Amino acid sequence: MRRLLAIALHLLASPAPAAETLLPARNDEAPTQLVIESTTDFAIFEPMIRAFQAPRPGIAVLYRELTTNELNDHVSTVCEEGRFVADLVVSSSVDQQLKLVNDGCALPLGAEVRASLPDWAKWREELIGMTFEPAVVVYNRAYFAERPLPQSRFELIDLLREGEEFVGRVGTYDIESSGVGYFFAFQDALQASTWGRLAESLGRNQARLYCCTAEILDRVADGRLLLGYNVLGSYALARIDDDDRFGIILPDDYTLVLSRAAFVPRGAMQPELAEDFLAFALSFPGRAISSSQMRLLSPMNGAEQLEALLAPGEASRETFRPIAMTPALLVGWIGPSARYSCGNGGPRCRPPPTCKRRPSGTN
Amino acid sequence: MTAAASAERSQSIASRLALAMVLILVAVVIASIVAATRFGQAASNETFDRLLRGAALQIVERISAIEGQAQVDLPVSAFELLSLARSDRIFYRVIGPDGRTMTGYDDLPLPRAAGTEAIYDARYKGADIRAVKLTRRLAERAVSGEVEVVVAQTTRERVALGRSIATRAVIIVAAAGVLLLLLALAVLRVALRPLARVEHAMLRREANDLSPIDVPAPAEVAVLVDAINRFMGRLEQRIEAMQNFVADAAHQIRTPITALRAQAQLALDEKDPVRLERLHRRINARSIGLGRLADQLLSHALVAHRADAAPREAVDLRRVAIEAEREVRAVGGMSIAVELPEGEVWVNCDPVSLREAVKNLLNNAVRYGTPPVRLCVEHHADGRAAITVHDCGDGIPDNLAARIGERFATGGIGPESAGLGLSIVASVARMHGAGLMRGRNDGGFFIGLEMPEEQP
Repeated sequence: MRRLLAIALHLLASPAPAAETLLPARNDEAPTQLVIESTTDFAIFEPMIRAFQAPRPGIAVLYRELTTNELNDHVSTVCEEGRFVADLVVSSSVDQQLKLVNDGCALPLGAEVRASLPDWAKWREELIGMTFEPAVVVYNRAYFAERPLPQSRFELIDLLREGEEFVGRVGTYDIESSGVGYFFAFQDALQASTWGRLAESLGRNQARLYCCTAEILDRVADGRLLLGYNVLGSYALARIDDDDRFGIILPDDYTLVLSRAAFVPRGAMQPELAEDFLAFALSFPGRAISSSQMRLLSPMNGAEQLEALLAPGEASRETFRPIAMTPALLVGWIGPSARYSCGNGGPRCRPPPTCKRRPSGTN
Repeated sequence: MTAAASAERSQSIASRLALAMVLILVAVVIASIVAATRFGQAASNETFDRLLRGAALQIVERISAIEGQAQVDLPVSAFELLSLARSDRIFYRVIGPDGRTMTGYDDLPLPRAAGTEAIYDARYKGADIRAVKLTRRLAERAVSGEVEVVVAQTTRERVALGRSIATRAVIIVAAAGVLLLLLALAVLRVALRPLARVEHAMLRREANDLSPIDVPAPAEVAVLVDAINRFMGRLEQRIEAMQNFVADAAHQIRTPITALRAQAQLALDEKDPVRLERLHRRINARSIGLGRLADQLLSHALVAHRADAAPREAVDLRRVAIEAEREVRAVGGMSIAVELPEGEVWVNCDPVSLREAVKNLLNNAVRYGTPPVRLCVEHHADGRAAITVHDCGDGIPDNLAARIGERFATGGIGPESAGLGLSIVASVARMHGAGLMRGRNDGGFFIGLEMPEEQP
């Protein structure tokens, strides 16, 4: 598992074209094939898929891995043409997923799948959240051994303003290439006024920008970076058990939480099977797998699980701000005309509300 | 009237009223459902249209001209406002002054009619949508023209709200309807109670008690009670008339029969052939008189019965005259002159009673009057017709004439009395509303009936 994860993270570091993995059925007399398209690495999803297949010997699963933009373009094109693309689409780019559902690309799911989910983790009968992933700050343990940790964005801003030590040694996502980075930055801009000052501080310290989570984690671990901002917590949590060179902070002013969004496309050939898979993922055994082996957690009990995973006092569920699946997310989506998109400068880390360039990259 | 029959009748009134009330209530409830559905949809539309307009206004506010270009900074709050309709999809489109879509869905349908503001229904991406269009005029140095903002929403929540409003209204209306129906049925039972009181009052009476019912009753039922009382009054009169007739007839017949029996007794003991023959003649004369009396009694009974029961019909008075003359001639064998006008003389009458009356007049004239006897039918003034019997005698004595109309008006009852005959005539005149004419002319006497002519 750990080895696989390492491979997966390695894969993340160098985005590859659509990778397909087939998990064949155990009895191969005309198996039923479930096709999943996802932005999540296969290695992370594999335990869930294998557990799903275990009691179903006649099911083969084809797992196709794409970047958020590839996935979005792929699904929306196919949606307009009404062709088959996949039986299940899972993406961390919640706003894009919501746009696809808004455009009528999804099939309604049964009530029992949705029943146990909190309101913020579902929209209409079609879109549901599968995970509970906080946006965290990671830090280099060695550097901060003797220094107080910044527990909130205010302390982070103060720290970054203090001196020159952090110049070139703070990392965050490049919002032009990272879908999750863009999404988190956009939500940050909506959440509080601190974002403007923070962006300015990051800019002044010449923050390094990366496409993918693993690059930031690698560099914080080995000391090339001292801090990583807005890193996807699930990846950090999965790695921290093996790697004690970095630590995790959940900012106590607020912690954004993202739930990977899944829906069954209109052209699905096995919609019932896809729904079964979703039901399994949200069931008690499914939640156990995503909480322990995958660290993706679940919208149903993610807050409790997260508190349990971290040391007492490090996480408080009052500060969690799950990003609700509502059409308000459509604001982040760019219109058809490139003329109005971002072009002429401004701080790079800040997504100006009028400039909506959609970044790419897997996460 | 049996209890079962009365129960059935009163139940049928109740069920008719109940049926009518159910029908009216059903009509009212259906009308309310239609109205509630429309009202619910209208109310829901108004509510959600405000959301749409609010969102569009927020977007319009954020249109500006920067560096010579129209810019729109989509406010999250607008989308959050629209997200209040939890399960509706949202579409938007902002069209710049150059007619190109600046942002949003570039195939979102625009309203058919031109205008700066519109709110309209359309279909988009396989769903019914409600859209609002607002226009902002830009008048900057570098940019001028109109920026159009279209915000649309699927109609699921508004339809659901409309239905829920309508459903609640319908449930209330239906409940009120059922309640009204139950109340109305209760009221109906109370309202029909006087009928049951009348029924009990009638059931409690003795079989021969025909006195008026005295039961307190509301106006509608009082009419019924009144009708019953009038009917019973008539019934009592009939029964009384019948009892009187039986008493009179018994009295009338008993005397001649006693005389007849006495003469027959004498004849049995009489050996003298001369006296015996005289007795025979008397017995014969008596029995003829008795036969005539029986005829007249039956005739009277017939007329009295027909007075109430016989239907009136249009009859030619000449026909009545001819038939009466023929029957009298058949019995008496005396010739009667009949004078008739050329055309028909139509009157509305019971021909049988009228013929009996005319026969009685003829019999009287033949028996007591002086020949020749004539029977005339004539037209009178004022559209009346008369049928009269003429003879050349002195006519009826005044003291007797004054008592015409009383029953059995003859002073002493003789076997050849004319009193009963005149009594019959008077009855017939009464039942036809006819006038009884009597008088003298040309040294003779006439008596007859005058009644209105009536075309069939």
